[in-house]
Amino acid sequence: MTDGPLFWVLGVSAVVGGVSVFRFDSMARATYALLFSLLCVGGEVMLLGLDYLGVVIVLMMTVEMAVMGVFMIMYMMNPAGLTPMPMLHNRRGATVISLVVLAGLTAGILLVPWPSRRGRPPADATEQLGLSLMGPQMLTMMTLGMALFATIVATVVLATRRGRYDRLGDGLGARHADDPVRGGVGR
Amino acid sequence: MNLELFLLLAAALFCVGLFGALTQQSVVMLMMGLELMLGGVIVAAAAVRHYIAPATGDGQVLVVLAVTAMALEMAIGFAVVTALFRAREIDMTDLAAELKE
Repeated sequence: MTDGPLFWVLGVSAVVGGVSVFRFDSMARATYALLFSLLCVGGEVMLLGLDYLGVVIVLMMTVEMAVMGVFMIMYMMNPAGLTPMPMLHNRRGATVISLVVLAGLTAGILLVPWPSRRGRPPADATEQLGLSLMGPQMLTMMTLGMALFATIVATVVLATRRGRYDRLGDGLGARHADDPVRGGVGR
Repeated sequence: MNLELFLLLAAALFCVGLFGALTQQSVVMLMMGLELMLGGVIVAAAAVRHYIAPATGDGQVLVVLAVTAMALEMAIGFAVVTALFRAREIDMTDLAAELKE
């Protein structure tokens, strides 16, 4: 019975939080606004009967925004918003594009004859997800695993200060790596 | 509540994120726009699963896919920003334009 009001409260909050992200001068506030918006998204997912995924989204976004806050303070010129400065470009074009996309999506949503519900939701949606990932969607799970592994490798490579060309020269021809600290196996 | 309402919410989130991704000069703020867009995709996938095909797990897998994409996008994005900052001491998309040459 409370689902209807909850949907509206969470939905409006998610959109308002999303808009606030790009209106705040303070990067810290923008991060918290995004966190608020994504927590509301997690709430909407729970409303749709996916409790496990909703909780995963809430936990993941909380940690993700905490990490994002650190990067904001590291890189942003104005993390606290003490000296407001515009950091936008092409505002008019972006507004037009966004409104056109919104109008197209809205028209599609309202005009498409959506199929009626087929089947009944299972008693345990989490079990359904697990069986799906370990069964017919195993390939998806394996692809996700490889993508996560590739991301780990790529992020380390990108974030490392010294690459192999720094260590072994432009032609990679050095007999020994030029490391500031000696180490490795047997050296 | 019905499917259309959830999809309209998803469209609104997606377009707010699109606006942010197109306007923000800061790479980190641009990533915030992408996160919002993926948030819209998550709501849409969960709603379609609930209102059209609740008996199969495919909708849930799509949500897992979107959540994973959010994590990967953030991790790679921050690594790219770190590499960009080390190379040029910049974190703005406009200043990184010369990388395309």
